[in-house]
Amino acid sequence: MAVDSQGPGFFTSRLSDGIAWARKWSLFPYPFVTACCGMEYMSVSSAHYDLDRFGAAWPRFSPRQADLLMVVGTISQKMAPILRMVHEQMCDPKWVIAFGVCTCTGGFYDNYATVQGIDRIIPVDCYIPGCPPRPETVLDALMKLQANIQASRHTLTGSVQRPPRH
Amino acid sequence: MNPPTFPSIPVETTPSVPGTLTQRVMLLNMGPSHPAMHGVIRIVLALDGERVEDADIEIGYLHRAFEKECEVVGWGQAFPYTDRLNYVSPLINNVCYAMGVEKLLDIHPTERCAYIRVIISEISRITDHLTCIAACAMEMGAMTPFIYLMKAREYLYELVEELTGARLTVSYVRVGGVKADLPAGWLERLDKALDLVAIEMEEVDRLLTRNRIFIDRTKNVGKVSSDVAWSLGFTGPVLRSTGRARDLRKDEPYLVYDRLDFDVPVGTVGDNYDRYLVRMEEMRQSTRLIRQAIRQIPGGAVQVDAAGHPLTGAQMVDAAKMGMTADLLLRTVRPDPTLEGTDKTSAHRVNAPDKTTVLPPKEDTYGNIEGLMNHFMLIMEGEGIKPPPGEIYIANEAANGELGFYMVSDGSGRAYRVHCRPPCYYLMQGMDRMIKGDMIADVIATFGTINMIAGELDR
Amino acid sequence: MTNGDSSYPVTERLRARCGDGVIECHAHRGDETIVVRADCYHQAVQFLHDDPECDFDFLSDLTAVDRWKLRQSPRFEIILHLYSSRRNARIRLKTRAQDDAAPTVDSIVDVYPAANWPEREVWDMFGVRFAGHPNLKRILMYEEFVGHPLRKDYPVNKRQPLVEERHIPDDRAGMMF
Repeated sequence: MAVDSQGPGFFTSRLSDGIAWARKWSLFPYPFVTACCGMEYMSVSSAHYDLDRFGAAWPRFSPRQADLLMVVGTISQKMAPILRMVHEQMCDPKWVIAFGVCTCTGGFYDNYATVQGIDRIIPVDCYIPGCPPRPETVLDALMKLQANIQASRHTLTGSVQRPPRH
Repeated sequence: MNPPTFPSIPVETTPSVPGTLTQRVMLLNMGPSHPAMHGVIRIVLALDGERVEDADIEIGYLHRAFEKECEVVGWGQAFPYTDRLNYVSPLINNVCYAMGVEKLLDIHPTERCAYIRVIISEISRITDHLTCIAACAMEMGAMTPFIYLMKAREYLYELVEELTGARLTVSYVRVGGVKADLPAGWLERLDKALDLVAIEMEEVDRLLTRNRIFIDRTKNVGKVSSDVAWSLGFTGPVLRSTGRARDLRKDEPYLVYDRLDFDVPVGTVGDNYDRYLVRMEEMRQSTRLIRQAIRQIPGGAVQVDAAGHPLTGAQMVDAAKMGMTADLLLRTVRPDPTLEGTDKTSAHRVNAPDKTTVLPPKEDTYGNIEGLMNHFMLIMEGEGIKPPPGEIYIANEAANGELGFYMVSDGSGRAYRVHCRPPCYYLMQGMDRMIKGDMIADVIATFGTINMIAGELDR
Repeated sequence: MTNGDSSYPVTERLRARCGDGVIECHAHRGDETIVVRADCYHQAVQFLHDDPECDFDFLSDLTAVDRWKLRQSPRFEIILHLYSSRRNARIRLKTRAQDDAAPTVDSIVDVYPAANWPEREVWDMFGVRFAGHPNLKRILMYEEFVGHPLRKDYPVNKRQPLVEERHIPDDRAGMMF
């Protein structure tokens, strides 16, 4: 279309910003908790560190109602098909956070049983290193993801064009 | 992944009275990613209406090859892997593993080290029980106790972090000792923190113990008899809730538990409510144990050498080489586990490492060539601690029950075989008997009070 | 290792029962150990469980060791840790599966119900079959897995993924180093 060839127009970019603002402050995380990192996830989500302040308060325990998949803990080869199925069940737009070093790279479990990073199975938007990451790191990652969402281009049809990686 | 078939249950039965509905057994898949299950496990339930007729439990979704990794890394390097077995009480795993290697080497920790190990074990027991009750209550719909108990756990995590440098994955214990002595004033702060934890605990006690909903959900649910539990290898709070007072701290005392006074709480019928009460009382007993240990803890070295002699400043070769002996003997020791706050010359005196078992303190590793070489030799592949050939079994009372390690050494720098006996492995094995005949919703409550930790279940 | 040491009453009683089925006994670091022949294994376990003088009523642990790298034969050794609550005593019982290609020993689930999952785990990890086990299938690994990972000849990082892995873009590969 003519508008696209000249870049986004005033209206579409305002609309995109508005949708981004709404989406980044109403993230519904689905905690896919498997292992040790779950203990820190508990700490992050309870009163002391309070994930609520960042608009990610309400964990949805059904992937169909969530738009943020937090993969918390080691994913074994046996678990991999289930993780992929859960990711496929989520509606677009969706974001994925790899919580902890096992989900980023497999961590120090370089062995027959462990997936060497969940990005071998599903796309990942934000990596949180640490074994387990401190709650502060998780909050930082969430803020980074929100910045990423704000920088993306959103349309009313639900498609999201993510900013280029740098 | 095919659902299992239960041969004892007919899948479809013809109605006994003509004209009534056909009875059908429904298979329901719970897990491995189930919201009310804090851990990855798959339970296939055979249901008659809402009643559980049979259950098939499938585990292994968090198998991380702990035992294989132990054969690859050195004896001392397996500590981080033990942290992640039962990640709710990592310090107990550390202690048990270290005691196993020490049994292979035939050395015994110093008095002070034994007391430190008791204190950290009991802290871990409290955090484990706090998490168990919190998660269990939350899964039954009670969010408030979860918030309160997490707050209580945070007080202890802060102390653990101060002591070890990490909140969760601590790797604090070493073969022949612990990483470093207690920070100054730590015991006083621990004493204060225990008061704060007790306040939260009593609050939750008031919220849950006489709560009608909680009692209805837990009383006479998930019952198991003492004999069945014993024959299935149950240990820990789940066994004690059936009325059997088995506690390794009493029956086969290790460290300095025989010098401390504590009671072993037991239940009567072995249902979920009893397990909850046992855990609550165990936390109070752990507090009692820690308070006694704080009063009794002696001074002195925290590490021993391969021959079992306490390591003190006078034996520190490096200090002597640097001509610092006279200076060292007169100084007051105020060690600190972090590099920042350490009085460098004093750290030698307390952390003086044995060349063959204990890693040198960080100050030595970064500060002089002797320490660096010593560190390098212990970390390098194929070097490190070398226990003589042999095999041992060591068992500790972990938060969930008997935590055992079976270790085989072939005399090289790596373990030939390390096997872990996780307490909740046997509990999960018997879980199908505990939920049979109950409702679906009771599965969650029973699962919560068993306190399965996937890390140690699947290893 | 003291071959034929008979200073332990339990060993004496077991020897009286099983005869030369008791191959070896020793007590490294105070852990009393008895090794029995595979054909006497079930009988010995039954005896230790039933005999009022032994009375080992609790199975602490069941596992196996692959002795391939130690160059000992037979290759697979099954290790039991038993506990007697009345006498507050422990014992380690070992047996060796005869055939290295298809190792098999008797299942003891009928004596100790607690042995059910541990035996499945030993089958899963080592490939030792237990004759008479009610439900001998893999427990920690998945059915599609080929081989037995805790065998000494299984490489530690030989993976058998269940799902096809995605192509990882170059920028992440660059970030890693």
